[in-house]
Amino acid sequence: MTRTIMALVLVGAGLATAPAAFAAPTSATIGMPLEPPTLDPTTGAAAAIDEVTYANIFQGLTRFAEDGSIEPDLARSWDISKDGLVYTFHLHDGVTFHDGSKMTASDVKFSLDRARGKDSANAQKELFTDIAKVEVVDPLTAKVTLSQPDGSFLFDMAWGDAQIVSEKTAAGDATHPIGTGPFEFDDWVRGDHITLKRYANYWGDPAKLETVTFRFISDPTAAFGAMMSGDLDAYPNYPAPENLQQFQGDPRFKVMVGSTEGETILAMNNGRKPFKNKKVREAVAHAIDREAIINGAYFGYGKPIGSHFAPQNPAYIDLTGLSKYDPQLSKKLLVEAGYPEGFKTTLKLPPPSYARRGGEIVAAQLRQVGIDVKIVNVEWAQWLQTVFKDKDYDLTIVSHTEPMDIGIYARDDYYFNYHSDRFKKIMAELDRTTDPEKRTELLKQAQKRIAEDYVNAFLFELPKLGVAKKNLMGLWKNSPTPANDLTEVHWRN
Amino acid sequence: MSVPADRTRPKRTGFLSAAVRTPAFAIGFALSAVFLLAAVVSFAWTPYDVTAMNIADKLQPPSAAHWFGTDHFGRDVFSMVMVGARASIAVALVAVGIGVAAGVPLGLAAAARRGSLLDEIIMRTNDLVFAFPALLMAIMITAIFGPGAVNAIVAIGIFNIPVFARLSRGAALSIWTRDYIMAARVAGKKAARISLEHILPNIANILVVQATIQFSLGILAEAGLAYVGLGTQPPLPSWGRMLADSQTMIAFAPYLAIFPGMAIVCTVLGLNLMGDGLRDILDPRLRRAR
Repeated sequence: MTRTIMALVLVGAGLATAPAAFAAPTSATIGMPLEPPTLDPTTGAAAAIDEVTYANIFQGLTRFAEDGSIEPDLARSWDISKDGLVYTFHLHDGVTFHDGSKMTASDVKFSLDRARGKDSANAQKELFTDIAKVEVVDPLTAKVTLSQPDGSFLFDMAWGDAQIVSEKTAAGDATHPIGTGPFEFDDWVRGDHITLKRYANYWGDPAKLETVTFRFISDPTAAFGAMMSGDLDAYPNYPAPENLQQFQGDPRFKVMVGSTEGETILAMNNGRKPFKNKKVREAVAHAIDREAIINGAYFGYGKPIGSHFAPQNPAYIDLTGLSKYDPQLSKKLLVEAGYPEGFKTTLKLPPPSYARRGGEIVAAQLRQVGIDVKIVNVEWAQWLQTVFKDKDYDLTIVSHTEPMDIGIYARDDYYFNYHSDRFKKIMAELDRTTDPEKRTELLKQAQKRIAEDYVNAFLFELPKLGVAKKNLMGLWKNSPTPANDLTEVHWRN
Repeated sequence: MSVPADRTRPKRTGFLSAAVRTPAFAIGFALSAVFLLAAVVSFAWTPYDVTAMNIADKLQPPSAAHWFGTDHFGRDVFSMVMVGARASIAVALVAVGIGVAAGVPLGLAAAARRGSLLDEIIMRTNDLVFAFPALLMAIMITAIFGPGAVNAIVAIGIFNIPVFARLSRGAALSIWTRDYIMAARVAGKKAARISLEHILPNIANILVVQATIQFSLGILAEAGLAYVGLGTQPPLPSWGRMLADSQTMIAFAPYLAIFPGMAIVCTVLGLNLMGDGLRDILDPRLRRAR
């Protein structure tokens, strides 16, 4: 009797492990720190939306490649008129939405008109302000006419916010997204996970995985446990840099350190005393030791920046010298600004560790020059309301992860409260310029302008710290836009 | 007639000699005293400045220079545990103080007017407060009024009130039936004066023991609030936050969790032992049995 049971147990065990041992798995579970509030990238601002949907569910006319360059996506090619005003997009044939309907030029027109419309809920309306009209030439040709030349138009169309949705299903995209990508939406258990499955009628090369599960684990300790126990196959934006060494030393895992578009800044409320005074802002900038922050808050990962610009961008110039660590100079500037005894201020910190840990270091460094900083920890929802919307803050630390977002300094309604006609002039000229060399020159001027105005203290470029099982191939190392493009992801035998 | 001296005078059982003969009290007192001393000394001196960061020296294991090692900002953990004791003890002490100051008079008043509407109002209100899980309420209060040591004190203090109110009412009720209370009433003393002069001294023992226990619970509550980020705010260190910060580093820097963790365990254990010992020493029935 005992022997029979033993045999049964052995057979059972054999059956359970056999498929795993012989065939490469066709699914992957990906860890994410935040759950998306909705799943429609064309109406929501949260980066978590794009991390699920970008290039997986939804596609645009153009798209970002892993290195940040712009590639054709749903548009296989385009013609630009001589005056730079008319873009004619030639669409791929045979593209269908996940509900089976054909994607045509009228969907392009609908998507762009909806995004730029008067009651548009799009989070990045500036991407579409230059569009004068969108016309359907034939089912596979869409013509976009701009009101003025826009050198970054193809770049703008690669954003998740500019992706193409179907008129029939757009209203339901927030909870059941229907796109044209290699994966279709399968299931969403709120608070736990989202599942995508391979879309059988995908127009391009099919995805290599059959199913993908995104699991939301924000607590770094739990994320560490989930990776170590094998529950997760990858965690592309790993929240605790201190654990990377352990993953590196473990033969089961690999660590991928790449770049993001996240400029991590100590934002100062330029509209509020004492930060209204440029000398005070300059004093703050000189009181900060970037190396200490990178080492202490991010365990050495991350590149110091001297302006609001990504170091991997070809137009980047190193301006860290303008705000080098010099507490003596900082104290002198405070005296000149009329604060010989320093002053009291508050620093609002959102949850990520770069902010919470970086904030403690910033506070300690500012205390060295006499600025008494009170730390106030806030949750994301609170941060978005009080700091971002109401502009009720003195100092805050946050990483601006949108690509090429230096234009935010030209926005009067932005939470920095920075109003500079000189900067706006540079940005306006940049919008009108299509010549790459001239654009580079203008971008350099823009970086310099805000660095010399000490709008914010620019800390470091957030690295993309990814952890994955050794055999999981094809994940993006860099993050040119918030995304987890899983089209190419597969298991190596 | 001469009477032997030892028969007229009761046998002196001095507090000190009793304390020494109660090992639980002695050990508990010694443990608590260590941390109390650390907290007091930290006002005048710590090995290193707890707010000074020295990133170059981060995450060093315990050594002669840093007895408890350094944390991820290069701060000295020994100094942080010393200053952390200050926060824990101060918060717990004041919280217990609030509980005693508000709870005991309420309990005495309820006992003096037992069965009256006042009694009902006081005790049912206390039941209401008691019905909420203590830590949940503390989180609620700090969520509304903002995190910080002061709000943590108030939060922990409020859930101490019903503890002392119930305890003193119950104890006072049994005293109210005594003959000498009857005598005092016959002599014309008002209820308030009887409560103050006769009841309170007779229930003081129980209150002291309970205060010691609540003190240790207060330290745990402070650590719990600090752990979730609602207690003492940076840059001042606190044991609970040190534990929270050390979580992701426990595999390669276990000392970051061990030392503040041990500090909490030792203080709470010490106070509980001390409370147990105190009960043994102060309880007259146990004293007679000895």
